[in-house]
Amino acid sequence: MAEWVITLIEKFALVAIIVTVSLVVAMYSTYAERKIAAFLQDRRGPNRAGPFGLLQPLADGVKLFMKEEIIPNTSSKFLFIAGPLLAMITATMTSAVIPWGPTSTMFGHTMPLQIADINIGVLYIFGVVSLGVYGIMIGGWASNNKFSLLAAIRGASQMISYELAMGLSLLAVLLIVGDLRMSVIVDYQIQHGWNVLYQPLGFFIFFICALAECNRTPFDLPEAENELNMGYHQEYSSMKLGFYLFAEYINMFISGVVMATLFFGGWDIPFFNEAAHGGAWWVGLLSFACLMCKAFFSIFLFMWIRWTIPRFRFDQLMNLGWRGLLPLALANMVITAGLVLWLNNDAAPAPQKGVISQPSQTQQVSLTNATHQ
Amino acid sequence: MGITEILFWILAVASIGSALMVVTSKNPIFSVIWLIVTFFTISGHYILLNAQFLAVVNIIVYAGAIMVLFLFVIMLMNLDKNTEVQKGRWMRLIGAVAGGCLLLVLVAGLRSTEARATQLGTGDIGLIQNLGRVLFTEYVVPFELSSVLFLTAMVGAVVIGKRDQTGRAAVATAAATTAGTLEAE
Repeated sequence: MAEWVITLIEKFALVAIIVTVSLVVAMYSTYAERKIAAFLQDRRGPNRAGPFGLLQPLADGVKLFMKEEIIPNTSSKFLFIAGPLLAMITATMTSAVIPWGPTSTMFGHTMPLQIADINIGVLYIFGVVSLGVYGIMIGGWASNNKFSLLAAIRGASQMISYELAMGLSLLAVLLIVGDLRMSVIVDYQIQHGWNVLYQPLGFFIFFICALAECNRTPFDLPEAENELNMGYHQEYSSMKLGFYLFAEYINMFISGVVMATLFFGGWDIPFFNEAAHGGAWWVGLLSFACLMCKAFFSIFLFMWIRWTIPRFRFDQLMNLGWRGLLPLALANMVITAGLVLWLNNDAAPAPQKGVISQPSQTQQVSLTNATHQ
Repeated sequence: MGITEILFWILAVASIGSALMVVTSKNPIFSVIWLIVTFFTISGHYILLNAQFLAVVNIIVYAGAIMVLFLFVIMLMNLDKNTEVQKGRWMRLIGAVAGGCLLLVLVAGLRSTEARATQLGTGDIGLIQNLGRVLFTEYVVPFELSSVLFLTAMVGAVVIGKRDQTGRAAVATAAATTAGTLEAE
């Protein structure tokens, strides 16, 4: 077989595995959410379907599929269906650039456990996140319901506001690493220690913004049921509603993975030298498990916060975003930039810091030629 | 025909088709959505030109931020055939004449330029590393000037918003800020 056919099969298999894993994790996140809520409120939680209620997510899924599907007469039908679809697509798209493990040898040949290692990895994530708002907005508007529209507009303004602080806190990480490639960011952390050590404030800001982007409490204003009935998915029923709810859990999982990759060393197993084992298959699996554990921890954190902190008011939310987080993130970025400049002037530039290191003579010549043409 | 050429033709048809749909859609919401599709196809063209950075920034800034605000405003205005005042026949005629004049100017402008294909250097000028280097060395003055321009727009929006004390100004502020910050990035 030609080389590209093997690569194609490999990539398709990876996509299938990753999408399945995100869906299963999202499914069991609903179970975990109810169990954790029960634990925090001194209850038992779901315990009837299967041992420890483990089949509860399946039962919920079947229920959602079986329910009657209602499309309101006055709604715009195409957009009404497109809304949940968009929410689902944007939720699953982010996983394409995440390195899920080191390059490992599996089934007789070596492959990187990453779908696409593009040179704008972080920006890609940022782009997909900024598109996530369309699912909510289009669904909310197409329902032709005042509550849905209000909730959708709340959601959109909230996501746009928090994207800025999120982007700025990301920039600080990029300044330290000097590359936008996700795999390089992980490699850098393996060599120099996790980014959270250098960027605790950046991580804090990113975490808060991730909560807001996922519409999780305390920022779940788009679904504030005491003000807006049910929120932007008021008119939805059956699996279309299920898609919206599901997309939220997938977003939560993916943002946990992104946080682990950017700040907690990605698939790096602490105090263990992966490179010494030359990409054995079990190292790949262990690293993947390690990344999963980090992601699960942040999902747990999200749930813990949800059942502990009450919801913000809308003006409080906007004040926190624009007057609190944004200046803080800006200051963090400027200080980081200054420190990086100062420290790199003393030390010789490391080879992987492409942005800071000087270009070779020939490259510079070809660049100036190019721009003068 | 190579794969690049096939992709180019698909993208070209898609971008022109969706751009036409922007103009011909009856419902302004659909116009905005088709405009978003147009931006995506343009990003596809950027990727074909090996300019991934431009492609993704086009999506983040235009599709992800500015179009959201467009959608926002149009949804809030709730343009409806029954409530909205329709433009009279004379207005339509004037619009057609003005648009036709613009088309004439564009066609005249395009006619006098000769079509040429230029390969810029090695063709990887659009990669983020090269682009950043050029922006911060050769074009640093125009770059900084444009960022000052964005700052001016932001301050202007805030000033107008303070005077009006209406909610709509917040939208304008958000628009200007988003565009400015992402430009700076």
